[in-house]
Amino acid sequence: MFLMLLPTLIFFLVNSYFPMVGIYYAFTQFDFNSSMFNSKFVGLQNFEFLWRSGTLVKLTMNTIGYNIAFIVLGNVLAIACAILLSELNGKWFKKISQSVMFLPYFVSFVILSVIVYNLFNYDSGFLNTMLTQFGIDPVDVYSKPWAWIFLIIIFYLWKNLGYSMVIYLAAITGISDEYYEAAKIDGANIFQRIWYITVPMLKSTFVVLLLFALGSIMKGQFDLFYQLIGNNGLLYNTTDILDTYVYRSLKVTFDVGMATAAGVYQSLFGFILIMTVNYIIRKINDDYALF
Amino acid sequence: MQIQKDKYTRMLHAIAYVVIIGLSVACLLPFLLIISASLTSNESIIRDGYHLIPKQFSLEGYKTVFIFPDEVLRAYTVTIISTVVGTTLGLFFMTMAGYVLARKDFKYRNTFSFYIYFTTLFGGGLVPWYIMITKYLGLLDSYAVLVLPGLMTPFLIILMKNFIKSAVPEELFDSGKIDGAGDFRIYWQIVLKLSMPGIATVGLFLALYYWNDWFTSSLFINDTHKYQLQFYLYNVINSAQFIAQMGAGTGVSLATEVPAESTKMAMAIVVTGPILFLYPFVQRYFVKGLTIGAVKG
Repeated sequence: MFLMLLPTLIFFLVNSYFPMVGIYYAFTQFDFNSSMFNSKFVGLQNFEFLWRSGTLVKLTMNTIGYNIAFIVLGNVLAIACAILLSELNGKWFKKISQSVMFLPYFVSFVILSVIVYNLFNYDSGFLNTMLTQFGIDPVDVYSKPWAWIFLIIIFYLWKNLGYSMVIYLAAITGISDEYYEAAKIDGANIFQRIWYITVPMLKSTFVVLLLFALGSIMKGQFDLFYQLIGNNGLLYNTTDILDTYVYRSLKVTFDVGMATAAGVYQSLFGFILIMTVNYIIRKINDDYALF
Repeated sequence: MQIQKDKYTRMLHAIAYVVIIGLSVACLLPFLLIISASLTSNESIIRDGYHLIPKQFSLEGYKTVFIFPDEVLRAYTVTIISTVVGTTLGLFFMTMAGYVLARKDFKYRNTFSFYIYFTTLFGGGLVPWYIMITKYLGLLDSYAVLVLPGLMTPFLIILMKNFIKSAVPEELFDSGKIDGAGDFRIYWQIVLKLSMPGIATVGLFLALYYWNDWFTSSLFINDTHKYQLQFYLYNVINSAQFIAQMGAGTGVSLATEVPAESTKMAMAIVVTGPILFLYPFVQRYFVKGLTIGAVKG
């Protein structure tokens, strides 16, 4: 049996455990030509620089801020839609609308960037075409950092709504009809039935999804950010997250020491965060704890 | 049974129809915009901008894409092969791992479960991983790098393990053993057959990842002949998009020098095509798989 598990063990050893050794790069002035432990050791200098320049604080705020918005809005919208859809009777309507809402989940983030370009590009974007038709001056969305806070959240919701809705719909289907019958006899109207039966019954699904989401709160959605923003420096203040910063440091500026330091910070901070959350949850309700 | 609707129910239904229809339209609209743009003549896009219905119908975008079909076809081939190979290999290893971890009589299953799970909690980050693959494994610019790094994820292994646990009763393991079947044979002949919905779901997740992957190419591939389809598209679009953005920033319109708008949109459709075509069939399994997963908790 051990043999059957072996490929998996080797895979994670190479793909995940070996790179952990590479954390050492965070403490060096990286030199690609020399081997790992020959690079000049500089202690915490990389971290110090990231901290002093304010980069670390900004990146952390952005990363966590967006993720909280994704989790809260994403779940609320998915729950609302799942409830509304489950109350409707038309079989065809349900099927078609569910399929349509699930569709964005399947297309790549590159296509998403095409969509955004199609909608917002200055010269011929759909938005500006519409605006000029109504006699309003065109807007250059690409030079308005604040607009992207909303756009990123909206497109996140657009892409993921169908997926999370299906999960909640499944949970709703699992609720026994008897509760609703009993409530009906007691004279509860449909809003009361939803509020006092459906919503509480979705709590456990919500908590499970929430915990999974919290686990990756320091990572999260690199594709989305990078495909929407790319290397557009104008927008970094409001849209740069740890993942995009690390990627850029590696690909564009090739600042390996700094990029590793940011990555280590991300990993460590996330790790501590999960451990803390898990500890708190275990104190409150053991059933929901991750491990 | 006909239930009489009270006014609250009618109100809720009205809200539901408005919200659901509204969101469905919002989900669909962007696709219609791209399809429309791909069918509009380039001059019309530059002059009038993008519209929901083509102002000047034309197939020139698609024609341009297929003037040099070699490049597109090559990117297609790379993506199809890496999707098929990656999904098959990944499924094989992950179902096997899921099976072993689901067996109660496997002594170290908790240790190894944690070994796998721990990688989601803590890691070296992107850079050490990148150096590992390029410098120590020497996979830069190889076809293998398009398949290997995405082969398995802890999430899918755990999903697989839970599926097998719920789909295959433990007695079957025992009876298989009594009949003299080895562990691999039990897995190959019993477990795989009984956990088909789970395999379909995990397989779809994996296939979707490979099909939509652009990130691997962007990190590890310099040879344009080995680009994945999505990254190929990304390059076609971005070489033009960058110029357009610069133009907007400085107030100078460079639109005429930008490669054909309609071609870009046609390219996007050509890349998305197979997914849109397969979507109705695939989506059923996805919903079923997710549903089973969610109900089991």
